[in-house]
Amino acid sequence: MVDRILGRREERPAPEPTPAPVAAVPTPAERKAEVWARVQLARNLRRPRILELLAVMADEVIELHGDRAFGDDEAVVAGFARIGGHRVAVVGQQKGADTEENLRRNFGMPHPEGYRKAMRVMELAERSGLPIVTFVDVPGAYPGPESEERGIAQAIASSVGLMTRLRTPIVTVITGEGGSGGALAIAVGDVVLALENAVYAVISPEGCASILWRTSDEAATAATAMRMSAADQQALGVIDHVIPEPEGGAHTDHEETGRRIRAAVLRELDRLTAIPLELLVEQRYRRYRSLGAYAEVLTETPTPVAPPRSGLADRLRGLLEAGSRAMPAPLQVGRRDEPPAREDV
Amino acid sequence: MPVKFPGFRSRREAVPDKLWTRCPSCSEQLFNKALEKTLHVCPSCGHHFRLTSALRLGQLLDPGTFEERDPGLTSKDPLGFVDQKAYPDRIAAAQLATGLRDAAVWGYGRIEDQRVAILVMDFGFMGGSMGAVVGEKVARAAEGALASRVPLIIVSASGGARMQEGTLALMQLAKTMAALERLRAAHVPYVSVMSDPTTGGVFASYAAMGDVNLAEPNALIGFAGARVGAGTIGQELPPGFQRAEFLYRHGFVDRIVARADLRRELAALLRYLAPSPTEAARG
Repeated sequence: MVDRILGRREERPAPEPTPAPVAAVPTPAERKAEVWARVQLARNLRRPRILELLAVMADEVIELHGDRAFGDDEAVVAGFARIGGHRVAVVGQQKGADTEENLRRNFGMPHPEGYRKAMRVMELAERSGLPIVTFVDVPGAYPGPESEERGIAQAIASSVGLMTRLRTPIVTVITGEGGSGGALAIAVGDVVLALENAVYAVISPEGCASILWRTSDEAATAATAMRMSAADQQALGVIDHVIPEPEGGAHTDHEETGRRIRAAVLRELDRLTAIPLELLVEQRYRRYRSLGAYAEVLTETPTPVAPPRSGLADRLRGLLEAGSRAMPAPLQVGRRDEPPAREDV
Repeated sequence: MPVKFPGFRSRREAVPDKLWTRCPSCSEQLFNKALEKTLHVCPSCGHHFRLTSALRLGQLLDPGTFEERDPGLTSKDPLGFVDQKAYPDRIAAAQLATGLRDAAVWGYGRIEDQRVAILVMDFGFMGGSMGAVVGEKVARAAEGALASRVPLIIVSASGGARMQEGTLALMQLAKTMAALERLRAAHVPYVSVMSDPTTGGVFASYAAMGDVNLAEPNALIGFAGARVGAGTIGQELPPGFQRAEFLYRHGFVDRIVARADLRRELAALLRYLAPSPTEAARG
């Protein structure tokens, strides 16, 4: 699969810029092509990751290693950096630029120890009064047996929980692939920024397609349905601001991409460090507490309908009813007067 | 009122209106009446059948003590999601089939006379998937437990986050964890019970994070769906991978508890964990 990921990325050339719009509203096919083009840009092998971006953004970078329990996961970079007037802690996933580096960095797919290293550094940042800047670019946390054995779910849950309560400002930048829980584990922030061609989703479009459409060939359809693009995510309130990329995409100009992210991050750091910590943490709680769309209805809970195909017992009952009443009342089939089963406890 | 046959059962129950159920594990034909008596555990091989939320609440709580909260929460369709079917149609179908509004039910009840906040998931409702409603109920259950200073119990049964709600479903991991972190800071205990299956975003948020984690025997528990994992890494999976016993061996589950013992075990644990009402802690 690893080779397939690589192969797929290499096979497909960077998409051309969207053709000049003929109509104001894109057709579904155009929309799908545009979203899929962004997915490919987000996955571009030459897209800048945390280390390439910090090389542009920071005057000093000190990387820290190891989770103090198992090892050092090179799919996650963590440490300190000086960005403008701010000393901050930085955390991000790092994919490799070539096959050799990708093997070392596991194609940017962290094991639990990667997230535990991130947590260790973020807790240290809180104790040291340093704001945190995270750079998110991950296909997903590594799903293999070693990952499960060492508790990838527990590591992600812990990191998400930690970030909801850390008493220090957190700026998150989705720079490439925002791949589900493996992304969210370092993406809970006071403000969430994203590069223009970054994508964010609850599951990979291939995974979504193979479950809901029963074929991964429908990945582009799934990507469109999930509204993965940064602009769509901003409309949903998951992302706060979108940072425009240089013409042709972030991979064409690391310098300019880094400068743009730096300006946006500094603006947020200046703003967030002025907010009292108590208020900051409460606002962060509210931010995540309010995400998600639901309605509250006041009527009774829906009652189960009778089975659609009647068995012998039902037919017998129907006959009996027909005999015991003047007329059968088929409209009442869907309604029953007794309370729903779940209140029987 | 229509005439009721004594043997008629609603579809709501795990074992619908037929007399026999074939155990998927040992192929034994089981008489449904008997299965009910054994709490839907196969008497011949110990296979734990999946439970509806109503059956689960009935098995765990003192009779008549459940007071449901927020029963009216229902999903919206923030993405306008359509796959083979439109999301609102899937919701409507699931509501009609189960009599539930979404995949979780929460409220207050008593276990051997100890008051708890309890949330129970229902796999029958779209695979127990977590969207905004499940996330909201978990958060409200945690906030309710905190406010009334009673232990929180969550019984999970879920395939993970609900794809039809996109990243808003993913954000429920943060919503639920934020509420649980506050519960923990206030020293109010939380017991997670993982039943078959507990996977994906539910396992990677509240289910994995109990002060005490219990699991039912042989329950499928894992981060990546078996299909996703095996397909992605092209590697053979160890036997018993992602089963409750695997998690137990690797230190992520405190105890594997057979269904017949679950109520008693929870009651015993609560006697150690229950926060004293006078204990002052920051909310």
